[in-house]
Amino acid sequence: MSDGFVVLKTNIEAIKVMKNNLFQKLTSGVLFFAAWASTAAWAVNDLPGGPAVRQLNLQPGATKIAQEQGWLHWFMLIICTVIFVAVFGVMFYSIWKHRKSVGHKSASFHESVKVEIAWTVIPFIIVILMALPATKAVVAQKDTSNADLTIKATGYQWKWGYDYLKGQGEGIAFISTLDNAQREMSNNGAKGVDIDNYLLKVDNPLVVPVNKKVRIITTANDVIHAFAVPSLGVKQDAIPGFVRDTWFRAEAVGDYYGQCQELCGKEHAYMPIHVKVLSAADYAAWVAGEQKKMAAKMDDPARVWSLADITKRGEKVYAANCAACHQPNGKGMGPIKPLDGSAVVLDEDKNKQIKVLLNGQNNLAMPSWKQLSDTDIAAVISFTKNNWSNKTGQLVQPADVKAAR
Amino acid sequence: MSAVLHSHGHDDHHGAPHGWQRWVFATNHKDIGTLYLLFAFTMLMVGGVLALLIRAELFQPGLQLVNPELFNQLTTMHGLIMVFGAIMPAFVGFANWMIPLQIGASDMAFARMNNFSFWLMIPAAVTLVSSFFMPGGAPAAGWTLYAPLTLQMGPSMDAGIFAMHLLGASSIMGSINIIVTILNMRAPGMTLMKMPMFVWTWLITAYLLIAVMPVLAGAITMTLTDRHFGTTFFNPAGGGDPIMYQHIFWFFGHPEVYIMILPAFGIISHIVPAFARKKLFGYASMVYATSSIAILSFIVWAHHMYATGMPVTGQLFFMYATMLISVPTGVKVFNWIATMWKGSMTFETPMLFAVGFIFVFTMGGFTGLILSMAPIDTQVQDTYYVVAHFHYVLVAGSLFAMFAGFYYWCPKWTGVMYNETRGQIHFWWTLISFNVTFFPMHFLGLAGMPRRYADYPMQFADFNMVASIGAFFFGFAQVYFFLFVVLPAMRGHGQKAAAKPWEAAEGLEWEVPSPAPFHTFETPPKLDATATRVIG
Repeated sequence: MSDGFVVLKTNIEAIKVMKNNLFQKLTSGVLFFAAWASTAAWAVNDLPGGPAVRQLNLQPGATKIAQEQGWLHWFMLIICTVIFVAVFGVMFYSIWKHRKSVGHKSASFHESVKVEIAWTVIPFIIVILMALPATKAVVAQKDTSNADLTIKATGYQWKWGYDYLKGQGEGIAFISTLDNAQREMSNNGAKGVDIDNYLLKVDNPLVVPVNKKVRIITTANDVIHAFAVPSLGVKQDAIPGFVRDTWFRAEAVGDYYGQCQELCGKEHAYMPIHVKVLSAADYAAWVAGEQKKMAAKMDDPARVWSLADITKRGEKVYAANCAACHQPNGKGMGPIKPLDGSAVVLDEDKNKQIKVLLNGQNNLAMPSWKQLSDTDIAAVISFTKNNWSNKTGQLVQPADVKAAR
Repeated sequence: MSAVLHSHGHDDHHGAPHGWQRWVFATNHKDIGTLYLLFAFTMLMVGGVLALLIRAELFQPGLQLVNPELFNQLTTMHGLIMVFGAIMPAFVGFANWMIPLQIGASDMAFARMNNFSFWLMIPAAVTLVSSFFMPGGAPAAGWTLYAPLTLQMGPSMDAGIFAMHLLGASSIMGSINIIVTILNMRAPGMTLMKMPMFVWTWLITAYLLIAVMPVLAGAITMTLTDRHFGTTFFNPAGGGDPIMYQHIFWFFGHPEVYIMILPAFGIISHIVPAFARKKLFGYASMVYATSSIAILSFIVWAHHMYATGMPVTGQLFFMYATMLISVPTGVKVFNWIATMWKGSMTFETPMLFAVGFIFVFTMGGFTGLILSMAPIDTQVQDTYYVVAHFHYVLVAGSLFAMFAGFYYWCPKWTGVMYNETRGQIHFWWTLISFNVTFFPMHFLGLAGMPRRYADYPMQFADFNMVASIGAFFFGFAQVYFFLFVVLPAMRGHGQKAAAKPWEAAEGLEWEVPSPAPFHTFETPPKLDATATRVIG
């Protein structure tokens, strides 16, 4: 902002110098405003596959459907603008010519069946003409058959879970959350932040192959969310207890960004979607890597952990899942309860906290975390019981969680 | 007896009510109309402050003023207060004041119910606004109160539901009153097809209200029992369906949109002919168009729900039905312009607001047509494009029409002319700041900025900044309007107004003195053949 004020000052100086004629003044005013607008704005660039700076129209489509939507929008915009200009051209002509102050006397006509029928029938025909290409697009959008790859996207408060159900990569599953550093920046007023993917960076992007029909099945765990990626031309609500589907076939390798588009609670603005489209070879390599990692990550649910190991693991789980609400310092915020010093956390009976994590609390204002593995839940509980001022020395093992499920 | 007294010009034969009793026990349609209008303006200011808090937070990326939880409360309460507290009661205020005067009736049919339906709104409004101070804060599930998010809310949600029930009951009573008044109490000779357009549009609106307010009551009652009594209408864990809530809500919600715009059409249909000095073009087609819009409004609700994933036939049906509404709406705009055509126009403030209405509301109409196309809606549903669209129709539509109506009827209400210069300043200031606020939102929405977001990617920063600046100017314009236009007029400052201050205004309201006496048309007036003049 301070840069903006410097520019403002220099421009005021510039304006003072140029007092010669009105035209110069006007131009300098415009330049001053443009300069102010561009520097007061953040030093941020267009994000390919996401929004551009001061973008005026839809994002460039990376799928046939998105391009079709873009075309339809232009089609409608042009027709509407032509009608608008024609109709209001008549109105402003009338306002100009048929004024009392220019001595116009009012005519006495007040109906004409012919004219009235004409301006009912003609718009009706125009509307039908508009509906034809739209119908074609709706039918194409809705055709989710013969997909090469099917992925289930599950909306959680406030993150996305992706399960590769069918096709290359079957069995891969992960959770995708907003980069915690960006969430922190938001809380701090985003001062001095000029990153192009602000609020759009996730830990694990959804990876898909290029030129393959990807069917996304949406559902949700708690409330309604919406899976939306503008440049891929998809938006589909994710509804708890129900499944819906949509599809896309990305035509170019690259990164595409979207955000949750159905109000889902306080962190609604913080559950972005990042779709990474890879070439067939890169995708195959990614799948192989993922599968290897999954095999390695498979926790032995019977493993008995040491306190140091499990709290280390718990710290990661906490950062990814809990810190957004309970804060990294464990103090909570507003209605969010603190964990630091919490009676439940400090309680001798570790089952109390296990129950809260498995079932949620306060009408699910604290959601259920049963989708996490036994090891993760055990780890995060152990972490909270032994971090900040909490020094219980208690250790929860995966087997304890399993028993409580 | 009343005829005798009337001929002596005494209108206060019941003993004029004085002090607070005049307002608390009010049964006079004019007093109740005034109460409604003042209440609505107060709520407009409350909702406006919430809107400015939202815009202040969105002035820059990052969270500066409010946390995301409070942000959601602000958007939710802004919507609820503006829809149920400002726009709807304001039109009921216009109806109370003008319908009896326009049809030559002595008062509303049910004077005491009229009092009750107004005073019900006060506890409702207090309950709604005070929910900010309840544990957990105000409802934060959006004004549409979508389940199952509502099931997670704190006790304020119940307060909100209770307030909506009261407001709904008030609306239903008001509607019954309006329908009975219009159907039973018109002066002899005023047939249905001679009724003023404002009366017509309100008759249709009142039927819409009676049809849909109970539907809303049903939806929120089911939410209430889901929250407290173990039912699972909308809770999938017990076999309920969250999307069912949306179907029920929008079956109410879409006619609701027309409830908020049809009376505006009525007001504009009086002002344009008055200032064009020419009869309204196509009166009959205006009536038919209004009725068609009302009927069609019942079969388009799911265009709010394209993104929920309807079957292809469902999307196509709702898309076609929605696009169809543009035909009768177009007819109305064409009729207004044909009324202006070859008229002898002057541009006092009411006409400025009416022309501003036609021009800017039509932009909102076109974005509505664009939104009705399901494939485009896939891009812009739940983005700022929708926010821009409904503010173009609700602010530049309903609110502008009410400003036009205020300036048009203010001489009749107060007995003095408003200050014309200040009226014109108010108009231009409002028109420009409105567009500065809401036009950039189209760009934000097309670029993909979702609505109800407390923070946003940096690329959206500039347009948000412009919109926030515009919003503050818009807000101050309305404070100016109240302090420098409304208050002086209410205090009787200004040029004394004639019974008919507008050269070519038509209708029975101009047949009584200005300000309209406490009691008017105590005996049914005898009308001329056009039913616009009293002849004895």
